[in-house]
Amino acid sequence: MRSFLKPLLTIAAMALGMTAAVPLPAWALVELNVNKGNVEPLPIAITDFQGGDALGAEISDIVTADLKRSGLFAPIDKSAFIEKISNPDAQPRFDDWKVINAQALVTGSVGKEADGRIRAQYRLWDTFAGQQMSGEQFFANDANTRRVAHIIADAIYERLTGEKGYFDTRVVFIDESGAKNARKKRLAIMDQDGANVRYLSDGRAIVLTPRFSPNRQEITYMSYESGQPKVYLLQIETGQRELVGNFPGMTFAPRFSPDGQKVIMSLLRDDGNSNIFAMDLRSRSTTRLTNSTAIDTSPSYSPDGSKVVFTSDRGGRAQIYVMGADGSGQTRISFGDGVYSTPVWSPRGDLIAFTKQTGGEFQIGVMKTDGSGERILSSGFQQEGPTWAPNGRVLMFFRDANGGPKLISVDLTGRNEQSIPTSNFASDPAWSPLLE
Amino acid sequence: MGRIAALTRNPVMIALVAMLAITGCASKKTPNSAADLGLNGAGAATPGSAQDFTVNIGDRIFFDTDSSSIRADAQTTLARQAQWLNQYKQYAIVIEGHADERGTREYNLALGARRAAATRDFLVAKGVSAQRLKTISYGKERPVAVCDDISCWSQNRRAVTTLSGAGS
Repeated sequence: MRSFLKPLLTIAAMALGMTAAVPLPAWALVELNVNKGNVEPLPIAITDFQGGDALGAEISDIVTADLKRSGLFAPIDKSAFIEKISNPDAQPRFDDWKVINAQALVTGSVGKEADGRIRAQYRLWDTFAGQQMSGEQFFANDANTRRVAHIIADAIYERLTGEKGYFDTRVVFIDESGAKNARKKRLAIMDQDGANVRYLSDGRAIVLTPRFSPNRQEITYMSYESGQPKVYLLQIETGQRELVGNFPGMTFAPRFSPDGQKVIMSLLRDDGNSNIFAMDLRSRSTTRLTNSTAIDTSPSYSPDGSKVVFTSDRGGRAQIYVMGADGSGQTRISFGDGVYSTPVWSPRGDLIAFTKQTGGEFQIGVMKTDGSGERILSSGFQQEGPTWAPNGRVLMFFRDANGGPKLISVDLTGRNEQSIPTSNFASDPAWSPLLE
Repeated sequence: MGRIAALTRNPVMIALVAMLAITGCASKKTPNSAADLGLNGAGAATPGSAQDFTVNIGDRIFFDTDSSSIRADAQTTLARQAQWLNQYKQYAIVIEGHADERGTREYNLALGARRAAATRDFLVAKGVSAQRLKTISYGKERPVAVCDDISCWSQNRRAVTTLSGAGS
């Protein structure tokens, strides 16, 4: 009973510091990541879920992969396990798990209900404290096996880190195939781990920059289907599409407001410059937010909807600016040596992710909302377009190398970079919010 | 009609060839500029045809990095385009603006649009009716040169004047 629990508490404490209901000063997060970012991954044993034949092992594998990819956990190889779990509801022999240094243990079971639904349950054990930390039960239809596994992974992640998980989420992106000078681009959606890819457009028209609505039911994106590039809305389940607004010129770079009531985007002016407009989806009224003889684009709302961060080259080269949601108080926040674009406000509200071009490289980085505390998380020859996981701890972006773009994730420490498996080239990822 | 003869009758073409020799991509596989086509078939095109425009006038101009200023060499090309378009008024015109890949996607859509607008404005200033002119930006989505170096990027930073059918 001495401090065996400590490693668990270390992660929990770190996590609590980052998700505290009372906001900490923003520098605390940056300092934490700079100085304590090298968190030792927590050794965890995830046993095959009992029952359901192959299903039990499948769920266990998905949970294992999710936790491993987060960089915060080190799942122990099953071949090292000593105790064979036969009753996942009984207390395990903690000594058998301590000796292989499994500081946390997951047991579970899966089975079919009389009505055909799948029932899955898990228990999370603290082996050194010798007690159960959490346990939950889920029901789902057959088609949702992977989703149940992601939900269990989220529950474990949340219990051990004190932060919301992000595994039960999806990503919309552009699937790219064919030669570089004749690329076929299709809207596609998949789970955050690359599974369950579904196509949402046929590839006849160029489509770009899809983004989720807050309720995950719709995406807004840009398409060349009418000839002129325009912003559209798509209902994911029904496939119903509609044009957003009736503007004379190109509309592009759309994003939803946090309440889902508006789409903010760029509109091309006749003089060749681009300004930012917000359109109310119910009343169809539009509000002009910028009026500069410059390129103003890539707008992104703060999570409380009160501010907008965007790119502008009004000062000569592209830099990042922040303004009120009504267009007031437009202020430049990026002053580093380079060109800044694609700013995206963190769902936590504390950071802005961006693409920076400097010294022949494209970098993915974050800065505080006043532009201070810039940190580069990833550098490469050609990469851009970060999107936030809903817990604000992980970014996904696309990197063009070896003939075409692929999706990459990186956490806020910059130390855990992972590629997302896709069968074709892939670009413009946008991470879904969590369902509340 | 031989190639030399065609070139000597067409001094602007020589200038174009010289310019492209400096900026051209060493590994290009297909003709992707007016001058390339001109070397292969100048003089064969019927005057006033779309081929005549592409081959003998030059359908595209190039830009400096992150710029939509019409360079001096491009002004020469556009002046010739305007003269031709004012002579053959049956064509509607779409100007495509493009960017190289060394910028982010949304910004480059805007940059391509600004290049197309600058090209349109230059042609209008040279007397081409604004009613005949439309613009579209492809950002960096339609590269013509696909190697990963400066010579390719310079060819992709372009505005292309396309004739969208006679009679409008």
